[in-house]
Amino acid sequence: MSDYRGYEGKSLEFLKHNKIKVGDTVKITTNSDNVATIMPRYEHGDDQHIVVKFKSGYNVGLEINNIKKIEYISSIDTNQTKEPSTAKPKPQLPKILLLSTGGTIASKIDYRTGSVTPALSAHDLYAIVPELDEIANVDAEVLFSEYSENLTPEHWKKTAEKLDSYSDSDYRGVIVAHGTDTMQYTAAFLSFALAGFPIPIVLVGSQRSSDRPSSDAASNLIAAAKFIVKSNTGGVFISMHNSESDDGIACHFGTRVRKNHTSKRNAFETIGAVPAFIVKQDEIIQNSKSRYFKQKQYTPKINVDTRAALVKYYPGYDPKLVRDLISHGYKAIIFEGTGLGHIGKNMYDVIKEAKESQIFLGMTSQCHDGRVNMAIYESGRDLLHLGITPLSDMISETALVKAMWALGNTKDGKIDRLMTENIASEYTE
Amino acid sequence: MSDIEIDKIGLKVGLEIHQQLATNKKLFCSCSPMESEDYPVKFFRRLRLAKSELGKYDPAAVFESSKSKLISYSANPQSSCLVEYDDEPPHSLDNDAKATSLIIASALHSDIFSEIHVMRKIVIDGSNTSGFQRTMLVANGGYIEVEQKKIGVQSICLEEDAAKLLKDTENVREYSLDRLGTPLVEIALDPVEGTPSDVKKIALTLGRLLRVTRRVTRGIGSIRQDVNVSVSGGGIVEVKGVQQLDQLEGVIMYEARRQHGLQLIAEKLKKIQFDDLTKENTLDVTSFFGNSKSKVIQKSLKDGATIKALKIKNFDGMFGYEPYQGIRLGKELGQQVRFFGIGGIFHSDELPNYGIEKEEVEQLRKMLKTEEIDGFLIIAGSKDKIEFAIDAVINRIKDAKNGVPAETRAATPAGETVFLRPRPGASRMYPETDIPPITISNSELEFAKNNIPKPWDSAISEIQTKYNLNKQLSEQLFDSDYLDLFESICTNKANNPNFVASILCSTITNLERRGLDATLLKPEHIARSFELLSEGKITKESLEMIYESIMSVKIKSVEEFIEKHSSSMSEDELGQFLDDLIKSNLSIIKKQGNHSSSVLMGMAMKSLRGKVSGEKINKLLEMKISKILEE
Ligand SMILES: [Zn+2]
Repeated sequence: MSDYRGYEGKSLEFLKHNKIKVGDTVKITTNSDNVATIMPRYEHGDDQHIVVKFKSGYNVGLEINNIKKIEYISSIDTNQTKEPSTAKPKPQLPKILLLSTGGTIASKIDYRTGSVTPALSAHDLYAIVPELDEIANVDAEVLFSEYSENLTPEHWKKTAEKLDSYSDSDYRGVIVAHGTDTMQYTAAFLSFALAGFPIPIVLVGSQRSSDRPSSDAASNLIAAAKFIVKSNTGGVFISMHNSESDDGIACHFGTRVRKNHTSKRNAFETIGAVPAFIVKQDEIIQNSKSRYFKQKQYTPKINVDTRAALVKYYPGYDPKLVRDLISHGYKAIIFEGTGLGHIGKNMYDVIKEAKESQIFLGMTSQCHDGRVNMAIYESGRDLLHLGITPLSDMISETALVKAMWALGNTKDGKIDRLMTENIASEYTE
Repeated sequence: MSDIEIDKIGLKVGLEIHQQLATNKKLFCSCSPMESEDYPVKFFRRLRLAKSELGKYDPAAVFESSKSKLISYSANPQSSCLVEYDDEPPHSLDNDAKATSLIIASALHSDIFSEIHVMRKIVIDGSNTSGFQRTMLVANGGYIEVEQKKIGVQSICLEEDAAKLLKDTENVREYSLDRLGTPLVEIALDPVEGTPSDVKKIALTLGRLLRVTRRVTRGIGSIRQDVNVSVSGGGIVEVKGVQQLDQLEGVIMYEARRQHGLQLIAEKLKKIQFDDLTKENTLDVTSFFGNSKSKVIQKSLKDGATIKALKIKNFDGMFGYEPYQGIRLGKELGQQVRFFGIGGIFHSDELPNYGIEKEEVEQLRKMLKTEEIDGFLIIAGSKDKIEFAIDAVINRIKDAKNGVPAETRAATPAGETVFLRPRPGASRMYPETDIPPITISNSELEFAKNNIPKPWDSAISEIQTKYNLNKQLSEQLFDSDYLDLFESICTNKANNPNFVASILCSTITNLERRGLDATLLKPEHIARSFELLSEGKITKESLEMIYESIMSVKIKSVEEFIEKHSSSMSEDELGQFLDDLIKSNLSIIKKQGNHSSSVLMGMAMKSLRGKVSGEKINKLLEMKISKILEE
């Protein structure tokens, strides 16, 4: 149906009746004569208009009722000849693998049909980001093509399995192209599932899509490649802008980072500390001296059990909601409590019920930053007594992912020990 | 060298007017455009090429990217937000700006599209943080009547204004974001044959039609004329940035001469053989010039430049051939390389010169194996830029056979034009996916029709009657930047409209003609000065002095002038005033001694504030008091 992409109802009928397709150049008579090319209709547009591009480059919607005559002139040659790849491997440069899960880090838009495809052949990549050619030999592989809000724990698992298959390869590191919305969740999962992974894994995204000249995609990508090549650090990182400027890219620890702005280039922030590394034009600044993985041995544990929930407590929270989780068979609940890690007295009964059902109960804070400390106030001490495990300064989303991972890799559902152990810098020491 | 016969070259001129709208709000966010000098926010960006919707790169964009510079942005949070920083998607289209564009389109009898699509026009010189300008085609067709003749309208677009260039150095370009995103209406007229003064009349009429809506901004920079100029058989040259109407005729004349001149040059070039010109004709002459006495060469070498010479067969005399005064191929080439941050070129027709000696030229000719009839060029520049520049020069020389290349040029204050970039094509546009298409409802069309302003000539006669001015002054006032200001000043009945109008129209214009900077004189200054005049605090005569001082950067405010020139009180008067004050307060002085000066100072300031500086009064007062105490 790409011949009529986006057209429905009357406008589709109109095009078909006149034997005109998207991409055709036509002479259209309204109040005046115009030569124009038929463009795809955007989704959710009405069926009264067709979109045309004039010679000047402008698109407009013409109401079909006002079109007196439409005549076919020619079609765009759709068989775009593929330019031969010019990038030749440079043997002296290290190798990097680029795995793509989706997002807009590098995409090609077919404007004739309106479809977006990842531009991830090595050739495409070098064409868009020629600087890569000087840093490394990049192999590219498309894993999925999903917006990150559509990624599920199943996708995390597949990504981890793919990475695991390269744990013993000649790659210096792996870049994972990822939509920014849920990047921190994937980063956390990979950190636990692939603890001790021998080469760096760097997740990269862009806040301003790569179809604009000002996109942050290329500079984030270049920084990730530089980071892999120049720093000899294992771990899982998120590499995104450190400020509004293009001159410094931060590499955040994958378990300590959160997307804190909806649109800014520097939306990602390391919680409670400065980013572990800053990649500048000519140097890499190392801010964190601590090892990312607390164990040296690579011990993959790539399972996931999604019966873990994140509950944000707020005034008026209905304990029945937790009761529902219990009845649905959930095995772990991570609370985002208030302040130092509190939830109201009205929750005590349901907490007891959860505990009796062998559910792991962990406490994090809904505060942006800081540790929970449940020994300070009476209510905190009550909760400790009821069997809630304080999770110090682990970020709540990281704690949720960790619980899913821990449940997936523990037979008896007893995940207390794993949850409190520092595996991948999820706790600040 | 005879001058051009303007009516015999097939001159065609299309006007394109960019007019800022007075919505006091940006097109896609709620910031208000505001000039500032203080920029607490600063950030740096690099732009890269994006392919257009049709999968092509735009030639103008490719050209800009070959110059790739670091771009520095300065912003003031009062006039810009994350939208201007390109750190947040655009908000929805401002309704006021949309309504205004529809009113203008209706006034021009143009056909308004019922569905408008916002486009991204790629501009990667940094003047837009996103790397594109948002623009939308609102209407097509229509006409404007100029002296009973209908001039066709091609298109009416609503778009965002660009950031203001603060500084352009070799590697960094600086912009401020105050103006970025301000709504503009772009009106393109059909090309017309005629004299430059006919074109000026059209521009004037269109300007009046816009101003009579009272929905457009006045003041320098708020209206910009671009002209598309061509002569028969030549490409269309777009000249950007004609700021003032007075410049328009000169620019068109210059382009007519330049374009016809290039055609005359092409005639000559067609008779000679230089087609095999390639990069292989270049020779690295950096070490050859190591001991050159030329200061220009020495400076380039000091900056680490590479110097290359390019041989062009049979080209002797071609660089310097001047069909009209100041029109030479050599000059065109020089402008071409300047855009790669290269100072310029030397060509064989102008050497020996610039400290390059005869022996050097002879030796160079030997090295290049040139005959008498051959020509050569010398280019100096940094390694990364010189190759681009040589490519550009070779292409331009080959292109010279075809006469006038289609390109974009910039108007200079001197009324000439300089090369800016190749002319962009349709591939520079692709849809702005962040904003859904905008439907124009019937009620909006209705509103626009009902709000078409009365014809500008009746607006002028209304001013004439209301303020009892003569026709010429009313017209001047209407065409000036100050109509709104005039009306607000005249709401105070103490101000005589005729006097106000003549100050606004002739006094300020005269100062400007003397070369002073009118942009420094803000409406607030003028309003304040008339306020003081009506309160009797300054004299009529001092208005011109105040404006002159502000326009020549001697002072920044009207108050400052009053402090400095206490023209309302002479030295003698001041002395007398203080003596009287002392006389009537002798008892206090006797009682308090020197301390009494502060009490008296307070009394004096009550009557003298704004007329004499406090410092001066204090000094004089203390002196007089201590004199009395000594007695
Ligand atoms: Zn704004």
